[in-house]
Amino acid sequence: MSSENGGGAPSGAQAKTERLLNLVLVLLYTRRPLSKAQIRRLVPQYAANASVEAFERMFERDKDELRELGVPLVTEDIDALWEDEPGYRIHQRDYALPDIAFEPDELAVLGLASRTWAQASLAGPAAQALRKLRAAGVERDAEALIGIEPRLRTTEPAFDAVKDAVVRRVRLRFGYRRPEDAEASERHVQPWSLVSWNGRWYLTAYDEDREAPRVFRLSRISGAVRTVGRPGAFEVPEDHEPHVMARREGTPATQPSPAVVRVRQGAGHSLRRRARTVGDVDDTWSLLDLDYHDLDMQAEELASYGADVVVEQPPELVDAVVERLRGAVLAHGGAVR
Amino acid sequence: MTPPTTESATARLGRLLTMVPWLVNRQGIDLRRAADELGVSTDQLEADLRLLFLCGYGQMPDELIEADWEGGRVFVGNADEISRPLRLGVDEAVTLIVGLRALREVPGLDERDAVDRALAKLESAAGEAAAPASRVRAEVGSRVEADVLSRVRGALADHRRLHLRYVVPARDEATERDVDPMRVVGMDGAWYLEGWCHRAEDVRLFRLDRIEDLVVLDVDGTPPQQAHERDLSEGTFRPAPDDVTVVLRLLPGATWVADHYAVDDVEEVPASEGGGLRVSLRTADTAWLRRLLWRLGGAGRVESPADLAAEVLGGADAALAAYSRA
Repeated sequence: MSSENGGGAPSGAQAKTERLLNLVLVLLYTRRPLSKAQIRRLVPQYAANASVEAFERMFERDKDELRELGVPLVTEDIDALWEDEPGYRIHQRDYALPDIAFEPDELAVLGLASRTWAQASLAGPAAQALRKLRAAGVERDAEALIGIEPRLRTTEPAFDAVKDAVVRRVRLRFGYRRPEDAEASERHVQPWSLVSWNGRWYLTAYDEDREAPRVFRLSRISGAVRTVGRPGAFEVPEDHEPHVMARREGTPATQPSPAVVRVRQGAGHSLRRRARTVGDVDDTWSLLDLDYHDLDMQAEELASYGADVVVEQPPELVDAVVERLRGAVLAHGGAVR
Repeated sequence: MTPPTTESATARLGRLLTMVPWLVNRQGIDLRRAADELGVSTDQLEADLRLLFLCGYGQMPDELIEADWEGGRVFVGNADEISRPLRLGVDEAVTLIVGLRALREVPGLDERDAVDRALAKLESAAGEAAAPASRVRAEVGSRVEADVLSRVRGALADHRRLHLRYVVPARDEATERDVDPMRVVGMDGAWYLEGWCHRAEDVRLFRLDRIEDLVVLDVDGTPPQQAHERDLSEGTFRPAPDDVTVVLRLLPGATWVADHYAVDDVEEVPASEGGGLRVSLRTADTAWLRRLLWRLGGAGRVESPADLAAEVLGGADAALAAYSRA
């Protein structure tokens, strides 16, 4: 049988995968913890290593990488008489995914949950997780047509680094630039949670410089995201509500105020949909009663209709709309009366 | 989805530890089908099987994993130690749990009960790996009425044509359209119907929260053969070759525009010249841009093309005329 690269010795990565897989098999098979010397004899890729020191360095790295992958490799005393000689093994009960039977409709929604990430940076883990859950399952028609395709995107360059820090609770520093700032400023934060809202990802975090919780939009993080210190370095407050905090950005809640606006026939469709009342004045105009919360936001919306909308009441809203229209005239080289 | 050629040794190990139990429970599966379902090429799968064949808890023949794919059918044996999948890793648990919780929030989803049962089982199976999922929260689109979503899904399932009254706020336009539904996609916070639009005689995306009125017609709604799903991996916006290129000067209060719309180029303007940004974007239709510039009220200016700048000026002047009578 030819080897993977068309003959010759297996590549470095290939040899390493073989070595790690043999190590996992040996440590799962054993009923007692194995000493390093025993492991070196049982795993042929270690046995082939020239020196004990080289083996030990390799073994230390391999242990770390297996644990990083989630393999529960443990250290136990081999024997009470040999306390200073550690032994290693993997317990099957800690290694294996518990045997859980999913109903076909449950597998269908799990499939949908997995495919939600199909175009995101987490597509690989999402697909692998589903394969694990389905490993033992007899093939069933689990792809029942639910008829919807939810999908999450992770186009922000900072996503993976921030996600890892949130998941592992590692402090971060990064450059951040608010729209009103000329330059990015460095932030030091304890990342609490990652939230997507309206198609954008936000980080909620404790800002160590400002000594207060803050929301950061991932697309505004500039440059590299660096971790500071070790995992599990802080606790996330129990009452932290990430989506509430992210949503609060830019949406102040106030009492609604009434407005009266004149809207040209055939125009102002969005205004008509949310109006309290709509009456026709004549063939050209309708009169709408609206509620608004934020004077500036409402003025921006109404100004955007140009000559199709005329504000009647209240006077402060009239002034705010006129101010915007004048601004647009001046910016484009016109003169205002 | 083929794993990248740069797959690390540990990533490959992780994949093999998932692959072995999957194959052990599907003895004799067709090689090509196995590769498809495992998301790898057949060459990759054969290379993986050759590697497995060399590994075991010892090096005597009866201690090695058996892997056989003669005649295109895959058999894997003597792999008791790894015949169950490795527990879910953190990223694996997080993706599924966050995905299921996002589904729970979809308005009017009939499958909510299945989602809750799957979530409970998954959380118990994942154990500690499930905990970080509480710190990631995703939304796939909540701005939709449950009734609109369920009627559109129904029309899709029954292959019925839809009649829509559809509002485009950016252009302040309402149109009546007959649409043959192709799929329903939730992304970037909203739900979209993709379908063959008989008015445009082309495939179009409709945001469900902009459907003002909806009738399921008693007419076959199978889309014509030339209707192909669009690639949405870059988002819902799709520039076309005959689009106009527009250059906007955005003062500091208006730089949100660069985040909000698909812009091609962003250039920072030094503080000595007023700060903010200069952006360029492509669009087929400039009606929404006129509206954007009126909204920005002087914090944004059209630098080119000149005729668009003149339209913004003319429209703002006309709007002001209504207030100057008093």
